[in-house]
Amino acid sequence: MTTSHQVLNILVVGVGGQGVMTASEVLCETAILQGFDAKKTEMAGMSQRGGVVSSHVRFGPKIFSPEIACGEADILVAFETAEAMRWCHYLRPNGVAMVNRLHLEPPVVSLGLFPYPTHPVEEIRKHGIRIHDFDGSAIALELGDKRLVNTVMMGAISENLPFAPEVLKERIVERFRVRKPALAELNAQAFERGREAAREAAPA
Amino acid sequence: MLNPKLLTPPPAGSRLLMSGNEAVARAVWEAGARVAAAYPGTPSTEMLENLALYPDLYAEWSVNEKVSMEVAIGASLAGARAFCAMKHVGLNVASDALMTITLTGIVGGLVIAVADDVGFSSSQNEQDSRYWGRFAHLPVLEPADSQEAYAMALEAFALSEKFSAPVILRMTTRVCHVKCLTTVGERQLHRVANSFTKDPRRWVMVPGNAQHHVPKMLVRDKALAEATASSPLNRIEAGSDNRIGFITSGAAYMHVRETFPNAPILKLGFSHPLPIALVRELANQAEQLIVVEETEPLLETEIKAQGIVVHGKDWLPAHGELSPAILRKGLATLLGEATAANEVAPNVKLQNVAQRAPLNIFPRPPTMCPACPHMSVFYTLSQLRNVNISGDIGCYTLGAGAPWKALDTCISMGASMGVALGLDKGRGPDDEDKKIVAVIGDSTFLHMGMQGLLDIAYNRGNVTVLLLDNRTVGMTGGQENPGSGRDLHGNPAPRVDFAKLVEALGIAKDRIHVLNPYQLPVLFKTLRQETKTPGPSVIITDRPCVLTDYYEILKPYEVDDSLCTGCGNCVEVGCPAIRVTRREKAIKPSGKEVELAFVDIDTAACTGCDICVQTCAPKAIRHVPVRPSIKTIGIVAAGE
Repeated sequence: MTTSHQVLNILVVGVGGQGVMTASEVLCETAILQGFDAKKTEMAGMSQRGGVVSSHVRFGPKIFSPEIACGEADILVAFETAEAMRWCHYLRPNGVAMVNRLHLEPPVVSLGLFPYPTHPVEEIRKHGIRIHDFDGSAIALELGDKRLVNTVMMGAISENLPFAPEVLKERIVERFRVRKPALAELNAQAFERGREAAREAAPA
Repeated sequence: MLNPKLLTPPPAGSRLLMSGNEAVARAVWEAGARVAAAYPGTPSTEMLENLALYPDLYAEWSVNEKVSMEVAIGASLAGARAFCAMKHVGLNVASDALMTITLTGIVGGLVIAVADDVGFSSSQNEQDSRYWGRFAHLPVLEPADSQEAYAMALEAFALSEKFSAPVILRMTTRVCHVKCLTTVGERQLHRVANSFTKDPRRWVMVPGNAQHHVPKMLVRDKALAEATASSPLNRIEAGSDNRIGFITSGAAYMHVRETFPNAPILKLGFSHPLPIALVRELANQAEQLIVVEETEPLLETEIKAQGIVVHGKDWLPAHGELSPAILRKGLATLLGEATAANEVAPNVKLQNVAQRAPLNIFPRPPTMCPACPHMSVFYTLSQLRNVNISGDIGCYTLGAGAPWKALDTCISMGASMGVALGLDKGRGPDDEDKKIVAVIGDSTFLHMGMQGLLDIAYNRGNVTVLLLDNRTVGMTGGQENPGSGRDLHGNPAPRVDFAKLVEALGIAKDRIHVLNPYQLPVLFKTLRQETKTPGPSVIITDRPCVLTDYYEILKPYEVDDSLCTGCGNCVEVGCPAIRVTRREKAIKPSGKEVELAFVDIDTAACTGCDICVQTCAPKAIRHVPVRPSIKTIGIVAAGE
């Protein structure tokens, strides 16, 4: 899907604290190591307080604007389902959405001010979007920590990139080898599980 | 807080993925600067956080931006290269010093990085700091990405020394926080003078001395204008599509290049004083001109004043961030709609694609963290009747939101004090019985709130001040301050004693209370008592931010569903760990219909602060028998 486009636009979204910015940083680093020019940007001034995080990653031969225009994202990576709904209109026609089937209800929902959508995945699908949805958080928990979800999600998109999935995997594992070697192997597993999950969740 | 350990700077020639803020920090270090100072503020904070990691350089969190600039001025006078960084509103605070240092000039290169929060990511207003360059007769540099931020920060030191003027490095959110490839260089050891030279006619700005500097400043303006005309930071990029010539600066340049790759562009990096000859040159290459700048029509106005016809804000917004989409949409008509998509931007296709509409979804505003010590304060305030609450800038501004709705004003750093006094002194007949409360955090209080409290004490205002001391600058990600007991590097530092400080400002000792905000009854009683009593009082809450290492995590709670009556009292606390599981309608004995909200607690998020327990009459909230093991695997970097 990527070969026809000179520039690849990946929009990574979620809720503050889920690891969205770390994930997009790894993507950006990997692209640079592969010889691409790359930029990443986000609006996350107050994301630490449980707000919306959206991170734009763009890479190609030369990148000027860091922003992905609405309707031009090739891949949407959503760490949370309602956030996938919030951003899915950014996808271009034939773009692909990788969605973690996790529901995080903010206080405004708990307080009864707004409803959480009953069938978010269906709503996205009805919007004409190719969506791979799977429970990445369950995979992460099964492996021992919900914070592994960002590596699961990286595994999930790895077959849609202009370089081999192993390249991204190696970059993630390498980061852990340097900082927290005990977690390198666990992240390698999380990556492969995410890759599998996305494949199995491929839309018909 | 970053790891306080120093880093080994990557060698010259390294190609690094850097944010604009990181790139500026690297350049300041490479320029041989010896002193760097700032007060945290989005989007500028990471400049000093990163500078703190470099060796052979003194870096500090100052109490406010004015002090940070004064520290940098002093270092420059001592012969060192010096740097200060601030967000746009910070330069308002520091402007008093700025407007005079422009007269004296400098010794060691002095660079002022000011980061405009274009698009309101975390600010109370939007400002175009380039005005300060005009107001203070100073050069303004506008980088478009990290590599330029790096290069221009280096150049800024050289320009500063060449023209004996501080240089404004104007950043914006889309430069500060965008990460891209940046190639770095070697550090120079640079010192202009080995001592401070006493020279009262130059440094003592009494009228008799100061007035002699004004003509020199005007001469400098001319020299700067010549410099911008020939600066390599300003260039014309030729283009084959000459229907529109673009004049642009800062992050907007990238959007122009992206959207109109074949158009001629005047790219301004050293944008003030405006190199008007280059504008005329571009005018010869294009049928019409448009200025694309964030945010105000500054260049546009100056170009028009020279009698040159340009477009600008007649087609583009004068507030908020620009983007390729905004440019395409804004200029389609100017270009003739049909051609906009295909001819001008062959690699971008938007116009022909039926765009999807956004789906309808709830908002997700920032919230207080589970167990936040501010939460109990706003819960208590929300239960108080007949009260006007002036607020301030920090995490506690969230108290204005649901469910508390217990903050009525937020103007500028420290304004809660003066505004409260004004609400008291200016009260009308309908407000006669209103209680006036001011809410301010520890760091904001030290930044600019102390003076306001002094005014309340001195003028005997009827104001109860809630000073929320959580031992950190919370909203910007947890920086140190004089109330935290640590410096920028995380090393121990003298810690302000707030009770003694407010007493010294004139608050009567028996009207000062230091209390634990998690004890709701004490908080409520003290607040009710103090607001009833005339005269000023201060209630200091002294529990740390839950994101600091001072905070102690306790055993989490859960809800016994068989005991929960659905009263919803705990929901009013506003803790994000409390979740409503189901709602039911019920008829009270009085015949009134009520909606019940049954809850559970996210035990993984709960840290056992106990506020909700105190609101639960049926005692349905109890400790989780055994704390689930939370492995600290750390996939998510702290401070995300």
